[in-house]
Amino acid sequence: MFYIHCPYCGEHREEEEFHPKGQAHIARPQEPESCSDEAWGDYLFFRDNPRGIHHELWVHAVGCRKFFNITRHTVSYAILETYKMGEQPTFTAENPEGRPSVAADPASLREGVRA
Amino acid sequence: MSNLAVETVRTFDTRTEANTPVESPLAYSYRRSGAPAPGADSRVVLRERPFMGHLVLRGGAIVLDDAVREVLGVSLPGEPQGLTLDAEGQRSIQWISPDEWLVIVPGGEEFELEKRLRAALGDAHFAISNIGGGQTLIELEGEAAHELLMKSVVYDVHPSHFPVGKGVTTLFAKTSVVLRRPSESRWELIVRRSFADYTYRWLLDAGEEYAIGVER
Amino acid sequence: MSQPRQQANRLAQGGRIDRSRRLSFSFNGQTYQGHAGDTLASALLANGVDIVNRSFKYSRARGIVAAGAEEPNALVQLGDGEAAQVPNVRATQQALYDGLSARSTNGWPNVQRDLMGLVGKLSGSFMPPGFYYKTFMAPASMWLTYEKYIRKSAGLGRSPMEGDPDIYDHLHQHCDVLVVGAGPAGLAAALAAARSGARVIVADEQEEMGGSLLDSRELLDDRPADQWVAETLEALSAMDNVTLLSRTTANGYHDHHFVTLHERRTEHLADTAPRKEGRRQVRSRLHRVRAGRVVLATGAHERPLVYAGNDVPGNLLAGAVSTYIRRYGVVPGQRLVLSTSNDHAYRAALDWVEAGREVVAIADARANPDGELVAEARVKGIRVITGSAVVEAKGDSRVNAARIAPIDIAGFRVVGTAETLACDTIASSGGYSPVIHLASHTGCRPTWRDDRLGFVPNTVPGVAAAGGAQAVYATAEVLDDGVAAGRQAAVEAGFEAVSVSPPQVPARRDGEACALYQVPHEKTTLRAPKQFVDLQNDVTAAGIEVATREGFESIEHVKRYTAMGFGTDQGKLGNINGMAIAARCLGRSIPEVGTTVFRPNYTPVTFGSIVGRHCGELFDPERYTAMHQWHVEQGAAFEDVGQWKRPWYFPRQVDGKTESMDEAVARECLAVREKVGILDASTLGKIDIQGPDAREFLGRVYTNKWAKLAPGRVRYGLMCKDDGMVFDDGTTSCLGDNHFLMTTSTGGAATVMEWLEIWHQTEWPELDVYFNSVTDHWATMTVTGPEARKLMEEVTTDIDLDRDSFKFMDWREGKVAGVPARVFRISFTGELAYEINVQANYALPVWETLFAHGNKYGLTPYGTETMHVLRAEKGFIIAGQDTDGSVTPEDLGMYWAIGYDKPFSWIGKRALTRPDSARAGRKQLVGLKPRDSQVVLEEGAPIVLDPNHAIPMPMEGHVTSSYYSPTLASGFALAVVKGGQQKMGESVYLPMADGQVHEAEIVSTIFLDPKGERQHV
Repeated sequence: MFYIHCPYCGEHREEEEFHPKGQAHIARPQEPESCSDEAWGDYLFFRDNPRGIHHELWVHAVGCRKFFNITRHTVSYAILETYKMGEQPTFTAENPEGRPSVAADPASLREGVRA
Repeated sequence: MSNLAVETVRTFDTRTEANTPVESPLAYSYRRSGAPAPGADSRVVLRERPFMGHLVLRGGAIVLDDAVREVLGVSLPGEPQGLTLDAEGQRSIQWISPDEWLVIVPGGEEFELEKRLRAALGDAHFAISNIGGGQTLIELEGEAAHELLMKSVVYDVHPSHFPVGKGVTTLFAKTSVVLRRPSESRWELIVRRSFADYTYRWLLDAGEEYAIGVER
Repeated sequence: MSQPRQQANRLAQGGRIDRSRRLSFSFNGQTYQGHAGDTLASALLANGVDIVNRSFKYSRARGIVAAGAEEPNALVQLGDGEAAQVPNVRATQQALYDGLSARSTNGWPNVQRDLMGLVGKLSGSFMPPGFYYKTFMAPASMWLTYEKYIRKSAGLGRSPMEGDPDIYDHLHQHCDVLVVGAGPAGLAAALAAARSGARVIVADEQEEMGGSLLDSRELLDDRPADQWVAETLEALSAMDNVTLLSRTTANGYHDHHFVTLHERRTEHLADTAPRKEGRRQVRSRLHRVRAGRVVLATGAHERPLVYAGNDVPGNLLAGAVSTYIRRYGVVPGQRLVLSTSNDHAYRAALDWVEAGREVVAIADARANPDGELVAEARVKGIRVITGSAVVEAKGDSRVNAARIAPIDIAGFRVVGTAETLACDTIASSGGYSPVIHLASHTGCRPTWRDDRLGFVPNTVPGVAAAGGAQAVYATAEVLDDGVAAGRQAAVEAGFEAVSVSPPQVPARRDGEACALYQVPHEKTTLRAPKQFVDLQNDVTAAGIEVATREGFESIEHVKRYTAMGFGTDQGKLGNINGMAIAARCLGRSIPEVGTTVFRPNYTPVTFGSIVGRHCGELFDPERYTAMHQWHVEQGAAFEDVGQWKRPWYFPRQVDGKTESMDEAVARECLAVREKVGILDASTLGKIDIQGPDAREFLGRVYTNKWAKLAPGRVRYGLMCKDDGMVFDDGTTSCLGDNHFLMTTSTGGAATVMEWLEIWHQTEWPELDVYFNSVTDHWATMTVTGPEARKLMEEVTTDIDLDRDSFKFMDWREGKVAGVPARVFRISFTGELAYEINVQANYALPVWETLFAHGNKYGLTPYGTETMHVLRAEKGFIIAGQDTDGSVTPEDLGMYWAIGYDKPFSWIGKRALTRPDSARAGRKQLVGLKPRDSQVVLEEGAPIVLDPNHAIPMPMEGHVTSSYYSPTLASGFALAVVKGGQQKMGESVYLPMADGQVHEAEIVSTIFLDPKGERQHV
């Protein structure tokens, strides 16, 4: 039973209020028609299963109904951060201790909604 | 198009002034489960306030704030979990989501309110949905109301964490509820019509220990 | 009923019991007396009851060993009546109440003369570890026979055969600091945390809070320890930021400091909860605590020594002896021998002497014990035999002597001649094991502390172990540790530290303990009399040695092979000894061998507590429509559709008999086809969509086109996932140019709403559109059948019902029965149909008005079963029944609902051009007409082309929907068949489990009115 900080409600809430929606940052290809079958198949079906830091999409289903991302450690189950759609994680496999927060780059926001 | 005029959004007053009987969402529950009258030993009292006007207001806070102030006379609660009541305590507006508010007004006011809000908002991007038939408001009052809620909702209802003027959407047993605290002694639960009977039966069962009474 | 016996072992004074309140209870049919404040165990010991159980595997006589949760033997079946039966209650944790009735869990036909005991004795040496695996393996068919007898003789209690009369509940708790355990560390921690203002919950599993201080010999601030306990509890309960929960076990520690506390609220009063002020009260309550910080002040369990015959009744833990004497005023014997590796255990001998009984000797494994308690024992004239240990307990149903011998611990051998001393009680102590169960629930591996001879919890952020749980045992240090842990927890939770000074405890000098687990015997471990490690699971030192010899080197494997630490015991007494023995056999150190992990629950939790209030009528929400009362009054049979209760069919009374479902459905179907029927369709999901980009959004989530749908019109749409597979369908109406009302399937309402939101929020936030659920706001009634217009004409005046002005797939608004309504001409039956939507509060009067006018047209209410028959006759699909996540719109033959030339690459489009979506031979939806018209094919039945093919037959598809059609006077079905659209007119076969093979013809999915004329009238 996780205790999850909803970045939109600004509070921790019980896991029962949320639904997990799979791996985060899976962006739908901008030009599906020009996408190869393989690339489309990757987008549809292939997901990471790391031991360690993982970025997940969740929704505050019984709450504000907003989707957001969680960086979670799949061994300790520690939630390292939660962040809104369009934002980038601070904790990554490359930077497990976190990196200095960077100002949101407006150019990356469109792509960053899911990417 | 017979009786329809072409417009961008079609508003519709689902109420009638005609002398048609109405059934509150708890009408079936009263018949099925009864309604124990409050007694001297009742430490919590349940009261339905049916047939209120419920509107969902969607849009950006900046877009909505002026219109709400102008039409409702109260400012939009911009912070999460905010609940604002008008001076008489009859009209309220509650933060539900960064782009969603719940407005509850005395029954019959909602259609006029919707029209006035729409007029004030003009071409802005927003949405208003009338959901008054789809939910009801249940009040809990009494010294055991707090513990009854602890039995029912996962959210922390301790006064230090849930002061007057707060409202949240959370889990109630196996359904959801909009829970708010308009005053020191009173809690309000806004429940969906189809779940109202489940909620009512749950409250009666969990409230037995406190000799729960139902005011009708 | 026999006469109550004397409490022979009860001291004349002392203890915390209330001697003025006598309680009567029965154990194994015999009546005894005890006092308020007793546990069942202390009362049994007071009455001199030696044998409380038979052991699980060898059926050996067993007595009470411990005084708390770690008790392995005294498991009883509690309860008088059948419904009140509770298995596996530890007598040491059960408060005595008047009229308590308990029986031994094991022992058949009884504990005194146990039939299986003989078997155990004879076959003992033939019951090695893995005995059950090895012996009862073959023939497999015989297992049920074996099991019956094994269970009878060696079960762990039985479930009641009647429903539980009690009620249970859950309480959602939140706190800044949760303190588990209310001994010296826990109380000090609670005080420190609470004084700083933090919200504190203190949970303790015992009847009374205070832990070890309730039987301490020490003085706190120059007064008996229990006085400090009383004052501290008083101070804590006066603070409104503190919740004190006694009789409450923290049984599981879950993610992110979520801890479940099991509070037994009435189990100390009766076997079923008594009423309070005339009202039911819950028997036990599960507190679901979300804590900011947790202090684990769970103390330590004393470790018994492992020696031959250590399971004979009369072998107790040294600390338990002190607890029974000082807390309950019970001396569990006459003549005591103590075997110890440390100073603490000397308390047992001192308490025993002070109780006026004889201490025969203390065998101390250390060569030169020199602590203050040792000196005190010597001053009292107690004989202390150094460098020695009890190597064997003699006796059968009760200890009658102890064999004490000098031992060489390092060499693991007896180094001198044993001396046999007559006694009836042997107390042993091998030191303490911190109670780290909860800490290990968090997933952290404990660390071995060689200086403390025990595992301590590893650090987990937000969790602090204090006192015995951290292998700190001296009372003064324990109190300091508690204060520090409580203060730190509060500070971490954001509160200011407040200085709290613990009471003064005179320092006591203790000698150093030695590491002793298994005591050597003159014979080898395999040949010596049994030396028990895990009493509850009957695991012996020899068993562990055999396991290591058979190649089980991992402690996790040894555990599973021997069953050590299994079940309700969870290794409380035996695990460390077992690991030490495994380490010795493998020639490794204890940290090298490591420890197994403990799992929730710490002690058993009743199912009632887990279930709470979520049972019976509150098991799951039942959702009702606004017309539910009417359906109930009409005697409808209900079907569960998700959480909704929908009328399934409305059986009538015909000639004094209630119609069967088939009869009712046939009548309802014909009424709709020939006259007019009405369906409560309120459960359909309804989503109000507003915004300038609403139309664009619809075009992206539906497979068909929405650009030109005009206000006043309705369109059917299919939704796919991006893999091209259909997942929901429904109609969407254009209310205004930027305003739509979408309907979804009943079961898909929440899913579709979330689906729209996820695409809007995560992929297309630039689209200006909002979605709001209005499912519950509207009640929907479908009036359908050839007479529908006539009925509508009677209930509305302001809606023009003319077929040319209010056409099929139009919607209009006006008043129906005087109530504002939106009416949609959409049809799920293939007949003329009006879906009337009114605000739900008006629904029942509108519904009743329709009947008031409808009787003359034969208005017939119909349920979901008839709805299914009617829609299937028309080939209308149900998403999730005729589709299963592997069916594309093309597979359904719904080419007309696919807008391949829409500008945006809508969800599912790209996948439909993948080779697999386009390949020939995909399963396609077809109709099936059984050759025998009276056959109704089974839904799910497999379809083959050659019924004579050898098994396994190649599967060509399966039936998705199948009904009997009273209109067609025939069974009919929808099915998916490979390449089915090209196989019209061909025969397929459906081999059934009973050997029958049905033949059916592949036909169109539309069985009735193929041109769709009836719905347009």
